[in-house]
Amino acid sequence: MSLLSVYKVSKQFTVGDSVVQALDDVSFDVQEGECLAIVGESGSGKSTIANIILGIYSATEGSVLYKDKELPDKRGKALRRAIQLVQQNPLSSLNPRRTIGASLRLALDVHGIGEKKDRNGMVETLLEEVGLPSEFRHRSPAALSGGQRQRVAIARALACQSRLVVLDEPTSALDVLVQARVLKLLEDLKQRRNLTYIFITHDLSVVRNIADRVAVFEKGQLVEIGSTTDVFEDPKNPYTRRLMAAVPIVGRDEQALRDKLSETMK
Amino acid sequence: MSEPILKIEDLKLGFKSWSGMNDVLHGISLHIRQGERVALVGESGSGKSVTARLVLGMLQELKNTHVSGRILFEGQDINTMPARTCHAMRGTKMSMIFQDPTSSLNPTYPISVQFTEVLRRKDPEITRQRAREIAIAALTDVHINNPERVYDSYAFQLSGGMNQRVMIAMALVNNPTLLLADEPGTALDVTVQAQTLNLMSNLVEKHNTAVLFISHNLGVVREFADRVYVIYKGNLVEQGPTEALFEDPRHPYTQALLSAVPRITGGGIPDIAETSESFGLPLVAHAGFSEKELLS
Amino acid sequence: MKKIFVTLTRNPLSLTGLILVGLVVFAAIFADFITPFPDHRGAVVDFLNFNQPPSWTHLFGTDLVGRDLFTRVIYAYRISLILGIVVLVIAVPIGVSIGLLAGYLGGKTEFVLMRMTDVFLSIPPLVLAMSVMGLLEPTLANGMIAVTVMWWPWYTRLVFNITRAEKEEGYVLAAEVIGASKLHIMFREILPNCVPSILTKMTLDFGFVILIASSLSFLGLGVQPPTPDLGSMVAEGARYLPDSWWLTVFPGLAILIAVFGFNLIGDALREILGVDQ
Repeated sequence: MSLLSVYKVSKQFTVGDSVVQALDDVSFDVQEGECLAIVGESGSGKSTIANIILGIYSATEGSVLYKDKELPDKRGKALRRAIQLVQQNPLSSLNPRRTIGASLRLALDVHGIGEKKDRNGMVETLLEEVGLPSEFRHRSPAALSGGQRQRVAIARALACQSRLVVLDEPTSALDVLVQARVLKLLEDLKQRRNLTYIFITHDLSVVRNIADRVAVFEKGQLVEIGSTTDVFEDPKNPYTRRLMAAVPIVGRDEQALRDKLSETMK
Repeated sequence: MSEPILKIEDLKLGFKSWSGMNDVLHGISLHIRQGERVALVGESGSGKSVTARLVLGMLQELKNTHVSGRILFEGQDINTMPARTCHAMRGTKMSMIFQDPTSSLNPTYPISVQFTEVLRRKDPEITRQRAREIAIAALTDVHINNPERVYDSYAFQLSGGMNQRVMIAMALVNNPTLLLADEPGTALDVTVQAQTLNLMSNLVEKHNTAVLFISHNLGVVREFADRVYVIYKGNLVEQGPTEALFEDPRHPYTQALLSAVPRITGGGIPDIAETSESFGLPLVAHAGFSEKELLS
Repeated sequence: MKKIFVTLTRNPLSLTGLILVGLVVFAAIFADFITPFPDHRGAVVDFLNFNQPPSWTHLFGTDLVGRDLFTRVIYAYRISLILGIVVLVIAVPIGVSIGLLAGYLGGKTEFVLMRMTDVFLSIPPLVLAMSVMGLLEPTLANGMIAVTVMWWPWYTRLVFNITRAEKEEGYVLAAEVIGASKLHIMFREILPNCVPSILTKMTLDFGFVILIASSLSFLGLGVQPPTPDLGSMVAEGARYLPDSWWLTVFPGLAILIAVFGFNLIGDALREILGVDQ
């Protein structure tokens, strides 16, 4: 069964006098337990569709179904709990004036998870699960590095015990080594907790190594979707090819793949 | 062999704070010859960005910084140079392009005003008409299709990619001997970044400019640089020609960096340890590419 | 908190401010013990000693009915501080709450609340206070009401601006996605980020409140005799310049010291807390 279904979704924004078509008739499914990557450049609509799925915006046309039931514009707590978000910017996603523990407890308090007296302990368990020392719950975000903050953001998404997690460029702001560790963590967590990921990024190399399926967006339209192996080895859409040809690479074998793609583009 | 345009010798930098001296650079040495493209690769906190600022002479004047070692630009030591001389060189002999092109351009002035200002640094008497001519030519050089319109626009009216080209044009218009590029293109889309780097490549080749390229993005470095220095926590750990360094990384830190970069051919996410003692091992230079060998 | 205090003591200017304010607060609290003639704060008459210049018995001299001016100035400090505290304790929560609601909820709420705030802001503060006092009897309590009425809109404006910016930050989005209530987001997420600006403004305002209250008294609208008030003392004494200069100069200096002290601390706080107002 598809956990999530996006059905013919369009979204328009009015900016002053002009109308921007951020999404145009987009449809796709997300299967339970998979990692679906949504890739595109700026203006592709990848963040817009994420915001619609999360209930931050409402679609101008079309609908989003979660477990076969349409998601309403205004969501109750139960639905909020089901779908969570990990944001890109580790700096601004944590309240600078609250401790890590307070930010993590929020989810537990809002949804009444566990007994009140147990919640601090639950926060510590969450921190350990994402590879951070439990005493971090007393610290403020300013004392943590970017990678550590991103782990806290992941812990926060887990706190709600949600099954579907939307990750909007979760590692784009991180250094190379830190990114690898955080991606590994995400992979492990997905296995252990049987999570479903919608992974939004512009970085195709990351997608290749973490996603089961990939959806390519260009200027508000879904131009290609398929299994990662299929899309990467034989991209059908010219935009997908252009994207791949532009990705910075570091190895000889990657060079060979890129050359092959550039050949077909000529 | 001629003297390098830029020669850094045992550069050390510390910041004084109420908790004592915070050492950021522990003695790095590197050089760039005319027409060479050299990359300084490291993660955040490695010291790569402060190195660029020191080369520009921007941190030496601050009260709480302690700088030692030499930064020889065309033979003169920037660390001991009077501030005014240093200032005169920026924009003329040395220029820099930054990470986010749109925010590096002043939103309250049109491009024309900023471009003229740059041109005036080299030729204070330049007329507006002449400045316009030169600028339009420079903008055409960076493959901007309607340079007149761009010249009269404001930064926020143009796309990120366009602004990056404008910045490159402004940085190269006075024909500097050294160009510093701090993570150029990171804020841009991948396709635009590729075009921009290509463009930069051609231009520096045409003007024979020396380039110090600062980045944490290994893929970009591989495309652009001739030689690479890898920096970790204020120390250089590996240096060598680009191809050799990428094919055969010798230092554990470089090896970790390269193994952590996701490949478009797949291979999964590797397990990287939090830190490693081995990252602190001393500098490894590829054969024939140590400072001593290259400078002799 | 401790770090802030330590930093304040390092800077000579803010240290001066701390000392001055410390003196004022000390004087106000311990007025009963440090003044030579405590009952002179009330309705006491001593015509034998009236209008005396400063001497060792009467450090600031005596006023027109023979009361010790030093005593009256110290007790007047107490009144001013109480006024300041009461006004801020009432005005700040009201102003801050309105600003939070308007800034976060936006739409019609914002329109209604902010236009109302604009109305209050557009009336010159003293005129507003005077109008309120015109309707009520001139007493200390009513003086406080008048000043409170004109004070809250400034906090609304301050908090409104900060809220509008903070609303766009990632942590607010995260709280919304988690499902936190609007009330929680406003008061537990956004408000803590407004606190540095609010604190700084409150410190600077203390001096201003004292000034405004003094101005009201100067106009005869605030505190009534025999309660000592710095503004009234300045007003009454002004008529006897330059002969009985002490009647004006000492109360005037007292106002100056208090306001100056609070301003110095406020400025230093602004720098320390990184507030860019």
